[in-house]
Amino acid sequence: MARATKSAAKKPAAKSKKSASKKSNDASPEELIEFYRKMLLIRRFEEKAGQLYGMGLIGGFCHLYIGQEAVVVGMKAASKAHDTVITSYRDHGHMIAYDMDPKGVMAELTGRRGGYSKGKGGSMHMFSREKNFFGGHGIVGAQMPLGTGLAFAHKYKNDGGVNHAYCGDGAINQGQIYEAFNMASLWKLPVVYVIENNKYGMGTSIERASAVTDLYKRGDSFGIPGKQVNGMDVVEVRAAAEEANDWCRSGKGPFILEMKTYRYRGHSMSDPAKYRSKEEVAKVRKETDPIDMLRDRIFSEKISDEAALKEIDKQVKVVVTAAAEFAQQSQEPDPSELFTDVYATA
Amino acid sequence: MSIQVLMPALSPTMTEGTIAKWLKQVGDPIESGDVICEIETDKATMEVEAVDEGVLGKILVEEGTEGVLVNQPIAVILEEGEDASAADAVSAAPVPAREAPVEPTAVSSPEVSSAPTQPAEAPDPEYTGARVNQTIREALRDAMAEEMRTDERVFLMGEEVAQYQGAYKVSQGLLDEFGDKRVIDTPITEHGFAGLGVGAAFGGLKPIVEFMTFNFAVQALDQIINSAAKTRYMSGGQMSAPMVFRGPNGAAARVGAQHSQCYAAWYAHVPGLKVVAPWSGEDAKGLLKAAIRDENPVVVLENEMLYGQSFDVPSDPDFVVPIGKAKIERAGIDVTITAYSISVGLALQAAEQLAKEGIEAEVINLRSVRPLDTATIVSSVQKTNRLVNVEESWPTCGIGAEISARIMEEAFDYLDAPVKRVSCEDVPMPYAANLEALALPKPPQIVEAVKAVCYR
Ligand SMILES: Cc1ncc(C[n+]2csc(CCOP(=O)(O)OP(=O)(O)O)c2C)c(N)n1
Ligand SMILES: [Mg+2]
Repeated sequence: MARATKSAAKKPAAKSKKSASKKSNDASPEELIEFYRKMLLIRRFEEKAGQLYGMGLIGGFCHLYIGQEAVVVGMKAASKAHDTVITSYRDHGHMIAYDMDPKGVMAELTGRRGGYSKGKGGSMHMFSREKNFFGGHGIVGAQMPLGTGLAFAHKYKNDGGVNHAYCGDGAINQGQIYEAFNMASLWKLPVVYVIENNKYGMGTSIERASAVTDLYKRGDSFGIPGKQVNGMDVVEVRAAAEEANDWCRSGKGPFILEMKTYRYRGHSMSDPAKYRSKEEVAKVRKETDPIDMLRDRIFSEKISDEAALKEIDKQVKVVVTAAAEFAQQSQEPDPSELFTDVYATA
Repeated sequence: MSIQVLMPALSPTMTEGTIAKWLKQVGDPIESGDVICEIETDKATMEVEAVDEGVLGKILVEEGTEGVLVNQPIAVILEEGEDASAADAVSAAPVPAREAPVEPTAVSSPEVSSAPTQPAEAPDPEYTGARVNQTIREALRDAMAEEMRTDERVFLMGEEVAQYQGAYKVSQGLLDEFGDKRVIDTPITEHGFAGLGVGAAFGGLKPIVEFMTFNFAVQALDQIINSAAKTRYMSGGQMSAPMVFRGPNGAAARVGAQHSQCYAAWYAHVPGLKVVAPWSGEDAKGLLKAAIRDENPVVVLENEMLYGQSFDVPSDPDFVVPIGKAKIERAGIDVTITAYSISVGLALQAAEQLAKEGIEAEVINLRSVRPLDTATIVSSVQKTNRLVNVEESWPTCGIGAEISARIMEEAFDYLDAPVKRVSCEDVPMPYAANLEALALPKPPQIVEAVKAVCYR
């Protein structure tokens, strides 16, 4: 039984402070369809991961990205092949958005040798040198100086690349981030700091954790420009990403993007999420769901029809099912792998 | 085909739970995302969402049922067009999770046994008062609550300690009893709030700083060592930081390299700090109370895998366990096994096995790793002439290395065999289930090490 199409989405409450980016409306029909496919792939992937966790096939911590899909899909759409990316433990969506293979991601979640880290990293620690994806980090905030260092390398090598360093609204209070901001601005490093403000760091709302809740202003005292973006609107995200990338690539230094977004599921699988009401979650889902909003736009602009989108749903399901199958069939790492990769060989 | 709804695992350590309530009844339509029931784990009440669509055909496990195993079918969802008879064929027997295909291999993995050990110990001879059966998490909570009731200066600070009741539910109820002046949620800023805690201690308060896990305390290491540990010395005794740094330390279950490290040896290295690592309920309560009362900075290394285990815990508010004193958990004459934290349980399991083979092991629960109770270890070794140390940590520069050195210095002439160390493998903690099991020490390795030092 197909889900009923949701009624026309209202304009989100969290509107960009400095809205109307130059390119905000010029996504082509093909691009919109591709955004839809990718966001849906992330969502279905995460739902499947949640299911496999429930079956005991995925262990430890597992942080789902459901609700935030527009952020990474929009950011990736503006990036170039030699750009680099780094994020925290809520990383499955990032890896899929940055074109890593869902099979390798899922197999890492089940701890099998077919996973991106050969099963040795797990949900929070996954990397792909090939895709310039530098993790997957379990220590809150640590990825921000690391991303700044990747930007330092871009500049040093003069390769024209930009780093996208993602963190959460909770992470943004870690002191090392401000040390990194200072150096990035001082040395004009090409890094876009993407703050995914989903309103909660675990069970603590942003109001209870941050003295100033407009996170795009956090670079003010370092001279880093910032922008607040509706992170539920993939086209708006892409436009903001292009603006930030252009700024970085032209040698002006870092840029901050605060993405107003929301996570639907608990912080991790074991979070009963008692710190917010069901109504709050339901309201966001109903009014500003990134996938539903895009679907509505696709229909209202007559870019595609119900049947064509259903076909995409089907294809996505096939990819996710194949990833889950692979993740269960791939073998556990060979016991000898316990001792490999501790040091460089030769 | 009808779809079975299985009891889901909802935390890294959950193996069973209680069906608290069915929110959907037989015949109700189900959409993906609908909450169908609530289950209770050891930590929380969680909602179970359907991932399939159809009609609830049958409830296999009634509400109120406890001990429902993960992966046991709990309900049947009928797909469009199916009738109820399709549900009848399904029984409530647990479905084993699909095991990973295992390649035949020459390396045999050590036997995995994670069964919690109940203390085989005789009750502490010094304490003859009342005891209550409670979990380690409750014992720790009571320790804090009792000390907060008697000492206004004591307060608790950390991530999610107040409204969320603790990430691992250790601070359950404390906000209600003591209010938000004394039970404080911090931003995620370990270096900042640890430093703030040290400053508050300089200012005459007695902070308990909780780290969600000790892996995150590495962010705060500078303040713990350079500020908390050294200030008494640097100020010629004028000022100090009487406070507690506490939280779970070491490996949990499948949480990977950045969340699984044991820091006992790191802190034990530092003069000015005291470091305790409780195993049993009386350790947990008595050592934490002693730590709060102490006039020095004390690092209390708890263990997440122990939080849910139950012990008979002294209930007298005056009961404390002296810091720096080990406890002989099991007397024996053939070999001494030293251990701390979760490894004490492993050592006791091994001792049971060894007893069956005619070897009587003396198991020493170190309780404190700084100061280390060398006297108790030495006098045991003088009797047994053999020593094995067990720790769930890396071997290099570990507590076992320290004990080994001290025994060489102080009891060399009593040794009939070189000291042996059983530890984690010398690698970052892998995520994969099979590799994680291989990385952690297990009772069979202890048995083997004991036999080696006994030349058996
Ligand atoms: C240094 C450190 N402290 C604490 C934690 C535990 N922890 C993991 S995620 C998290 C909340 C982070 O929230 P936020 O930055 O908003 O990201 P979100 O989870 O919302 O994506 C906490 C406290 C950690 N992993 N590392
Ligand atoms: Mg957040």
